[in-house]
Amino acid sequence: MLFSFRMLATRALSLVGKRAISTSICLRGGHGVAKVDDYALPAYFDRRENPLPDVQFVTELSAVQKSLKEKEKGSWATLSNEEKIALYRISFKQSFAEMNEGTKEWKSVIAGMFFFIGMTGLVVLWQRKFVYGPVPPTFESEWKEKEVQRMLDMRINPVEGFSAKWDYENKEWKK
Amino acid sequence: FSPVGKMFRAVVRLSTSGVRSLARIRPCYSAPLASRCYSHAKVETDEEFDARWVTYFSKPDIDAWELKKGMNTLIGYDLVPEAKILDSALRACRRLNDLASAIRILEAVKDKSGPHKDIYPYLIQELQPTLIELGISTPEDLGMDKL
Repeated sequence: MLFSFRMLATRALSLVGKRAISTSICLRGGHGVAKVDDYALPAYFDRRENPLPDVQFVTELSAVQKSLKEKEKGSWATLSNEEKIALYRISFKQSFAEMNEGTKEWKSVIAGMFFFIGMTGLVVLWQRKFVYGPVPPTFESEWKEKEVQRMLDMRINPVEGFSAKWDYENKEWKK
Repeated sequence: FSPVGKMFRAVVRLSTSGVRSLARIRPCYSAPLASRCYSHAKVETDEEFDARWVTYFSKPDIDAWELKKGMNTLIGYDLVPEAKILDSALRACRRLNDLASAIRILEAVKDKSGPHKDIYPYLIQELQPTLIELGISTPEDLGMDKL
């Protein structure tokens, strides 16, 4: 190599400035080592689409687990079911059945929906009583009767609509 | 659009030169009005796909990372792997002394089948000799398919 690593580092130093290098450049002799953040390391996660995660779930094995791992190197037929399950649980946190399990969250959602619809209903009732003024007289049944009679007299929609349904001879609605 | 024009002229030449040149022209030019701009790359057949993956897992000195990478990639595809690919993967687990991954692979394959409930029993049936030979228990044997 024509340039030693130290020479490259010093050239970088002069460009970047002495203060900026302490956290980012790995110098020879171990004077400064880049800090590795937790999130940058391979992580374990249970996902359907990633069945074999990058790391084992249990990173520090107990003595029992270590001996089990040794036994794993031999024939698997000699392992009992409990040992096989134990080996599985060392490598993985949740089985597929466990990770795919639904929560009971939907019950809270429906309950919340009904609650807020109910609250809104109460607000509407209160508004009707205390906020809105009286309904116009045109809604009274007497008024409505006169209104209907007027519409029939005017022959509103006589062909297929309103007046077509009124029997003018017998003065009643057609059956 | 000029390529369509060229193709049309090619067809015109074809019809005037007679039927014997038909064999030389590739099918995609015979109907210029319906031709699409599909890639002319060779499509891998199912057998080639299977063979490629069996070879991948059959590597004698496969390492743990390669097993994980291969398995995760395979599960990412829109298919359920054939029994022979899974057989090769399970044997790779054996070489790596990793029973947990072997069981996980079976779980993943069952999950991958989705609503097609008959695929997994078929695969287990096909893999039965291998499972017995290597001493791998299915998740059902261990009760891991229940909660």
